[in-house]
Amino acid sequence: MAAATTQLDHLARSDARADRLFRLSVGAAGLFVLVGLVGAALTMAWGGREAFATFGLDFLTSDNWDPGNLVFGGLAPIVGTLITAGIALLIAVPVSFGIALFLTEVAPAWLRGPVATAIELLAGIPSIIYGMWGLFVLVPLLAEHVYPFLSGTVSQWPLVGWMFRGPPIGIGMLTAGLVLSIMIIPFIASVMREVFLTVPTRLKESAYALGSTTFEVVWDIVLPYTKSAVIGGIFLGLGRALGETMAVTFVLGNANRLATLLEPSSSIAATIANEFGEAFADLHRGSLLALGFVLFMVTFIVLSIAKLMLMSLQRREGK
Amino acid sequence: MDSVLAERLYVRRRLLNATALVLSGAAALVGLFFLGWILFTTLSRGIDGMSLAMFTEMTPPPGAPIGVGGLLNAIVGSIVMCVLAVLMAAPIGIAAGTYLAEYANYRRIGTVIRFVNDILLSAPSIVLGLFVYVVLIGAPMQVSQAIRTTEAGQAGGWLAGLADWLQGISGFSAVAGAVALGFIVLPVVVRTTDEMLRLVPTQMREAALSLGIPQWKVTTHVLYRAALSGILTGVMLGLARISGETAPLLFTAFNNSFWNLDLGEPMANLPVTVYQFAMSPFDNWQQLAWAGAFLITCFVLTVSVLARTLLLRKKMAHD
Repeated sequence: MAAATTQLDHLARSDARADRLFRLSVGAAGLFVLVGLVGAALTMAWGGREAFATFGLDFLTSDNWDPGNLVFGGLAPIVGTLITAGIALLIAVPVSFGIALFLTEVAPAWLRGPVATAIELLAGIPSIIYGMWGLFVLVPLLAEHVYPFLSGTVSQWPLVGWMFRGPPIGIGMLTAGLVLSIMIIPFIASVMREVFLTVPTRLKESAYALGSTTFEVVWDIVLPYTKSAVIGGIFLGLGRALGETMAVTFVLGNANRLATLLEPSSSIAATIANEFGEAFADLHRGSLLALGFVLFMVTFIVLSIAKLMLMSLQRREGK
Repeated sequence: MDSVLAERLYVRRRLLNATALVLSGAAALVGLFFLGWILFTTLSRGIDGMSLAMFTEMTPPPGAPIGVGGLLNAIVGSIVMCVLAVLMAAPIGIAAGTYLAEYANYRRIGTVIRFVNDILLSAPSIVLGLFVYVVLIGAPMQVSQAIRTTEAGQAGGWLAGLADWLQGISGFSAVAGAVALGFIVLPVVVRTTDEMLRLVPTQMREAALSLGIPQWKVTTHVLYRAALSGILTGVMLGLARISGETAPLLFTAFNNSFWNLDLGEPMANLPVTVYQFAMSPFDNWQQLAWAGAFLITCFVLTVSVLARTLLLRKKMAHD
């Protein structure tokens, strides 16, 4: 009897030990994720400290990027990143909304599933493919048929004309924005579709019963109900567009200066991709790391907003 | 009078509705058209470059006749690094997901880790590459140089040995590339594991625990088994994501024109090879780049479709 009790005791104790050990190791893995992100931010800041210390605020406000003389001002890539991402959103948001509307309210039921799956699969295509298509297919096409008109005629227009000055060679921020928009459409469209599906059918049916048209239901019922999540999805796409490297590097032309929409230009990610491997001076490398830090911080903020917006819809659903 | 007004309003609403629906259909068509175009370009140009030599010969020198040389070293290098990345990230990711679902589900730390993980999931991959560069390549180099400048470091002994060792590991290497890719797989696995474990009914846990089974055994023997296909899906989606990742490899694994299986040396890989070849002015390199892009696309699509069917089969079994 006594022997059996001690044996059970022993077993219970070793089980408890194993439990603690298991809990500890999975907890450590959980912490590792946390440390990963914080570590990434800190190492960027640490790697870029030299650049921040040397140039101060000039690093963000000067567009003089001159590796030869070791002078680095990151304004041009920062502006390039914001403009290309802005163009991408301008095109991708309405198209994505159209796709989501089509897939939830308009398309016949048998078409919805396959098209939605196709779009989600396309979201997984590596960005380098988009970049190559941009360089080899889109650039020649635009250079021949579209940009001569923009640089010849539109550039004479008042107010907006100056944006389109430059040689119609097909490479530049406008092309980069176009490629980016095609890339983020699947992301935004699938988020929008998913959140549109969360709207209670009762709400929509009530509106239809009152005589609303399909568009009125979507505009006055579905959109207000999912507003925060839709904005979240858009910010998710913006986060992608800001940090995208390969799709942009191919078609941007790698010229580190402020430019019009048609001139070769640069973005943060493209500058890092183009120069980091050949940056042998510590200050050059540090400046690229500092640019990486800026990019990281901007995307962090954008993605945080996206996440908070998406969470607020989930909370209302009681998840 | 009133009926005329009502009639007019009705016509206007119907018109608005019709316009919106037509536009949404057009948006869906345009979006799908461009995405289809990109796929078509990749497939048609890629098939042109396909040949047996692709899988049996090394990357050729620039300007060699078309048809000479292949992508063997790049394909093997990509496989090695992707497998290594998944082997490193999957266990940590599954453990962290377990922690989130089983131990920290309703605790604040769980919310924080989930939030951070979702940010990591969409963080720019080039930034993760820079992070790994600083930690595995830049920092060891600086520490080694710092040691050498001290007296003890110059005198020899273990400190000098440490400096030599640090210098030895600080350089572009396949390991650094795999770690960078691992950081991209990690959040995918964490998220799917977390979600899949939370889908397992609570009764299963309670039933197992009431038999006196310790919690770690419940988790590994009961819950993992129930969530296995879901967790596998996560790992596969992670693999699909890294197989085309270019940016983080540019300054971690770099590239290599030759055959190399030494994990401490730069290793050839498909995405960077495709990038360099596509940007080059040589016809034979460009053709190989398209063939490589075709391979990557096929692989990514196959793995994602497999992952989806796996998940779908599980869902059907549950319903």
